[in-house]
Amino acid sequence: MSEGSSTEQPSRARHPRGGTFDFITGPWQRIPERVRGWLPLAIVLAIALLYPYMVSDLKSLSTIGDFFPELDSAVYILVFTMMALGLNIVVGYSGLLDLGYVAFYAAGAYTAGWLASGQFQQVSFHFGSVGIQRDTEGIHVSVWLVLLIAGSFTAIVGILIGLPTLRLRGDYLAIVTLGFGEIIPQVVRNGDSFGGFNVTNGTFGINPIDSPGFGDSLNDAVGLPVNFQQSFDKFRLFYWGILALLLITVFCSWRLRDSRLGRAWIAIREDETAAAAMGVPLMRTKTWAYAIGAFFGGVAGAYYASFKSGAFPSDFYFNISVFLLCMVILGGMGSIWGVLAGGLMLSWLNIQGLAVIGDKFNEASGRNFEIAKYQFGIYGTIIVLMMLFRPTGLIPERRRKRELEEGVHDETFFDVSH
Amino acid sequence: MDDVLVVETLRKEFGGLIAVNDVDFTVPRESIVSLIGPNGAGKTTFFNMLTGMYPATSGRILFEGTDVTHKPPHAITALGVGRTFQNIRLFEQMTALENVLVGMHARLKGGIVTSIVGLPRVRREEREARKRARELLHFSGLRGRDDDLARNLPYGDQRRLEVARALATNPKLLLLDEPTAGMNPQETAAFTGFVGKLRSEEKLTVLLIEHDMRVVMGISDRVTVLDYGEKIAEGSPQEVQTDERVIEAYLGRGAA
Repeated sequence: MSEGSSTEQPSRARHPRGGTFDFITGPWQRIPERVRGWLPLAIVLAIALLYPYMVSDLKSLSTIGDFFPELDSAVYILVFTMMALGLNIVVGYSGLLDLGYVAFYAAGAYTAGWLASGQFQQVSFHFGSVGIQRDTEGIHVSVWLVLLIAGSFTAIVGILIGLPTLRLRGDYLAIVTLGFGEIIPQVVRNGDSFGGFNVTNGTFGINPIDSPGFGDSLNDAVGLPVNFQQSFDKFRLFYWGILALLLITVFCSWRLRDSRLGRAWIAIREDETAAAAMGVPLMRTKTWAYAIGAFFGGVAGAYYASFKSGAFPSDFYFNISVFLLCMVILGGMGSIWGVLAGGLMLSWLNIQGLAVIGDKFNEASGRNFEIAKYQFGIYGTIIVLMMLFRPTGLIPERRRKRELEEGVHDETFFDVSH
Repeated sequence: MDDVLVVETLRKEFGGLIAVNDVDFTVPRESIVSLIGPNGAGKTTFFNMLTGMYPATSGRILFEGTDVTHKPPHAITALGVGRTFQNIRLFEQMTALENVLVGMHARLKGGIVTSIVGLPRVRREEREARKRARELLHFSGLRGRDDDLARNLPYGDQRRLEVARALATNPKLLLLDEPTAGMNPQETAAFTGFVGKLRSEEKLTVLLIEHDMRVVMGISDRVTVLDYGEKIAEGSPQEVQTDERVIEAYLGRGAA
């Protein structure tokens, strides 16, 4: 990890999770192999779980205190990291360049809007919803169920987008997904009158959206919160909720990577023609990558909509797709740890880091320099620096790292059968 | 005789170019058949049609009595046709073992949810697949290379891994596209022995494209010669060697 240390520095001191890795490279080698596999996981998990209790102490630290995210920012950070992990299945595992991932985010958020709000005043349907009057208009399904439905619906959207586009390869696929990423927000924006029927409420978006919670009976029985949004511990609850979803995403990514399907994805990334000749059905396997990648995007989108209590078309712009792609590239395509680190770091920079760094800089230099204005320039610079000094990402995928360490002959085969 | 593969008037046109011109062809069970011909004769195109990579312009391909002419590559592989590539096409950033496991894709059943949950059935299947993959690597002469990345293997081992991966698809018919290209005489001899073993021990039928005449003449039961997409000769190695049209195709008019 020596050559990239200059670009990793920022994450080290300021970030409680992403930077843990660099502290321990020294004594690391002495730890037994078995423990080595689980130790970082245990440490990161403990810090992440206890963060809500530590945040006020951490924030009161002088100088570095400002760098720790508040819990509401932490929810944002984890939501985007979860989406980055979803995108990693499409881009990192399967090698399908998707520039329209924001479409899945939007699909998830609007599913939450449709199934857990007063959007459809024509009906009054309640199913497991918490903290809502029985006679409230609209569809109010339990948000936990909505997350699952949103994921499934988004997976179907992924399949529908995938069927016509996945026959394309490489750059062509990227351009078409870019198109879909633009189309869906426009549909949402203009969806306030489909044949006179208000589907998306246009530019005003859908709000309020219901909150997750466990309802009165579970509250009485085991003390689980009735409704996150109305709780005093609102931010903690939402934080733990997204942390749980993120952990599920990590777990699924990990299990899938080492499964039959994961191998087929990586094989397609490596050589589509050879994969087909080995019995991997290309369309079906790629479509599954899209569907599963979309699933996590949809769940994250629905959760975030529930947290913000709204879904607005202005949230779903192209730059989010690029932003998520940056996380995957920065972290290391195909690497779960890498994408976690990249996602945490970039989304932290976006919601808080840049502003804090700017303030510190202005304090120290007495200037008035709005660093947050230059955010995309800064992300671009980070990506360029990464490509120059550490093209495999912060924490490269296991196999890519091995390849770098061993050194390889650079040989290209010309193939006439293409 | 019982034929594994029957090809009837198979034709492939690329625009105005006729790459394969109405070729009739059969491969008897448990035989080793070689396909030879000068460069550009249409041998690899023929292979690509057999494995579904190229759609045939006309004609029919029957494998074990099933019409596979318009089937996609993965379906043909699942029926029992394994292949290697002329220009090695391994999954370079996967280990040797993983390469072989991909070859087993169609034989395994692990689904998305069952893999995530880690059902005992899936775990057992995965364990058995790994064991079988190790055996195949052994059998193909890749002992101790299981966890090496494919692209880090020496050339000869990459060729062996291609065969191991093709064998993992559990084929009845194995298509080898210039398997000894780039091998030295010792490696070639070893490989020839290996192909013989595939037939005698694994009861495989082998169809190979080959330029090395010692290999062709040494192991083939039958040799088919293509030139400009047409079949110009077919028969035992001895018959083909003395065929005037073959000598003409290889050495030019007047050489015969």
